[in-house]
Amino acid sequence: MPLDKVNVDTDQMVPKQFLKALTREGFGRILFYDWRYFPGEKPNPNFVLNFPRYQGASVLLARTNFGCGSSREHAPWGVKDYGFRAIIAPSYADIFYNNCFKNGILPAILKEEEVDELFTRTEAEEGYSLSIDLPSQTITDKHGLKYNFEIAPARKEVLLKGLDDIGQSLLHATAIDAYEKGHTATAKMYETVDVKYYSNGR
Amino acid sequence: MTAKTLYEKIWDHHVVHEEPGKPSLIYIDRHLIHEGTSPQAFAGLKAEGRKVRRPDLTFAVMDHSVPTKDRLLPIVDQDAKLQFEALAKNCAETGVRLFDMHSQNQGIVHIIGPELGITQPGQTIVCGDSHTSTHGAFGTLAFGIGTSEVEHVLATQCLVQSKSRTLNIKVTGKRPKGVTAKDIILAIIGKIGIGGGTGCVAEFSGEAIRALSMDGRMTVCNMTIEGGARAGMVAPDDVTFAYMEGRPFVPRGKDFQEAVERWRLLKTDDGAKYDMTVELRAEEIGPQVTWGTNPGMVTSVAGRVPDPHDFKDLNDQKATESALKYMGLKPGTPIVDIPVDRVFIGSCTNSRLDDLRAAAHLVAGKHVAKNIKQALIVPGSRGIKAQAEKEGLDKVFTQAGFEWRDAGCSMCIGMNADVLPPQERSASTSNRNFEGRQGRDSRTHLVSPVMAAAAAIAGHFVDVREFDVAHVE
Repeated sequence: MPLDKVNVDTDQMVPKQFLKALTREGFGRILFYDWRYFPGEKPNPNFVLNFPRYQGASVLLARTNFGCGSSREHAPWGVKDYGFRAIIAPSYADIFYNNCFKNGILPAILKEEEVDELFTRTEAEEGYSLSIDLPSQTITDKHGLKYNFEIAPARKEVLLKGLDDIGQSLLHATAIDAYEKGHTATAKMYETVDVKYYSNGR
Repeated sequence: MTAKTLYEKIWDHHVVHEEPGKPSLIYIDRHLIHEGTSPQAFAGLKAEGRKVRRPDLTFAVMDHSVPTKDRLLPIVDQDAKLQFEALAKNCAETGVRLFDMHSQNQGIVHIIGPELGITQPGQTIVCGDSHTSTHGAFGTLAFGIGTSEVEHVLATQCLVQSKSRTLNIKVTGKRPKGVTAKDIILAIIGKIGIGGGTGCVAEFSGEAIRALSMDGRMTVCNMTIEGGARAGMVAPDDVTFAYMEGRPFVPRGKDFQEAVERWRLLKTDDGAKYDMTVELRAEEIGPQVTWGTNPGMVTSVAGRVPDPHDFKDLNDQKATESALKYMGLKPGTPIVDIPVDRVFIGSCTNSRLDDLRAAAHLVAGKHVAKNIKQALIVPGSRGIKAQAEKEGLDKVFTQAGFEWRDAGCSMCIGMNADVLPPQERSASTSNRNFEGRQGRDSRTHLVSPVMAAAAAIAGHFVDVREFDVAHVE
């Protein structure tokens, strides 16, 4: 699905009224809410996500600085829940990029001219499809196009192995203990405050 | 010894574990949480049978959805109510301190951290909110994280991070009268673009930054994220230490003196190299007003709404065209000819005492223009609110026709009842003018507190330099 707009922010992906949830589920239905629906939730036929030809798309083609703004992880939850498994763009905002890996979404980075070419091909051919191979870091189509994308080795491993990163970090519990013992000045709370300052201390 | 930047010093101090070619495990000194991005993290923790490792280093507050009118009334918004209840329950179960909406210290998370002295130089601070960069004003490494990372920090008090590149943003010279910290950061974003700092941690330096109060430095660091850099920082100095002394969570007496000696080392060494440097001259910055749908779409109040054809890049042309359509603006319109419907002075960017004092000074004895439908003052915290009331600022504002509200995020994000209606135009001291940010189809113009106050009085944008603005920070 080609989203031909630079600097798409996470407020557009999941607007504020949906941030009052208690779970990570169900954000696909409201992804790009204000662009996708007229008031009253009538689908806007002019928004690309509603084009019949892009129904069921699993690759989101985007422009520079995708996912800028708010740190809300609701944005990648929406991207994933909608059915996108990978995003292709020339660049991403840092927090969104990071959040993608926490949710098993591949944010592939290609050169600007390569992304331009993919936009052209997607718009020219109905049903245009891409194959993305993470181990070899390649994107191919059936007409012989082949691009290599960048990804840090550690990031790639997370996606391929689906690692529980909290579990991985807890393997270093001894190092964390040692750090806390060796850095009492910063890893300590100064308890000079009266309990009246907190509400749950009443 | 190798010369290091401030960022590198803080980074090196917090490495718990590192391996070549892999991201490092970094210790987090303070973790701030709020009702909006924490429920799923606590649920995840519970599902895995994990505990909060350091509840004593974790602080919770209700801010995003809290009402700014009478809090003793029942919460009407059921979804918001459930989030408040979840936060209270999660904190009670895990022993995390909570400043709930009835606490005298409640406020926006990035306001109360520094205000209560939870934020201290040299720390690493994270929060599930992108404006965590605010705390960098104290020489901390502070940045926003997603909910999965919130869960990670709750469980481990650490984060897995790769080192960022360094960006030195130097603002030389003296700010002209009427030009504030907000104008400096908007001018910076206008220059580097909203993706200009991606992958970087920014350090602000130069005479114009040093001359700012802590409130002003926090405004600058707050909006670092709008320039793409996840964290922004200012090296601590005597201004910082004077601000900190005596705050509730700051060490006292001999401990404070020792801390200050340690904090004095937190500066970039002579000869240390940044990956990038950007330089601005404060004398050339005028009061800023955004005209588009991201904070980089900004110009001086003396300027005009641009024409899409002013831009060389095709993507920029398209973005400008779409932004002007959304904003209901014609190319070439002088900024001062744009009328305003509502005024919002608040948010983690500009709701501190300096902001309120400067705005009050400007509106004292004047009245909000007839065409203004609403003018809101939302202090960043109940502490600020109480101090402002002690100084009589609330009366100055209400007599001028402003509404004086309780503390919270309010119309910056519109998660409570303070929403900007469709097609209405705001002069807002907040940080984001994205489509729908303050309310669906609403039109946001980001400005400084004095510019917002002046727009409220005039009914349209005006050059604040024409007003009496002696006390501007």
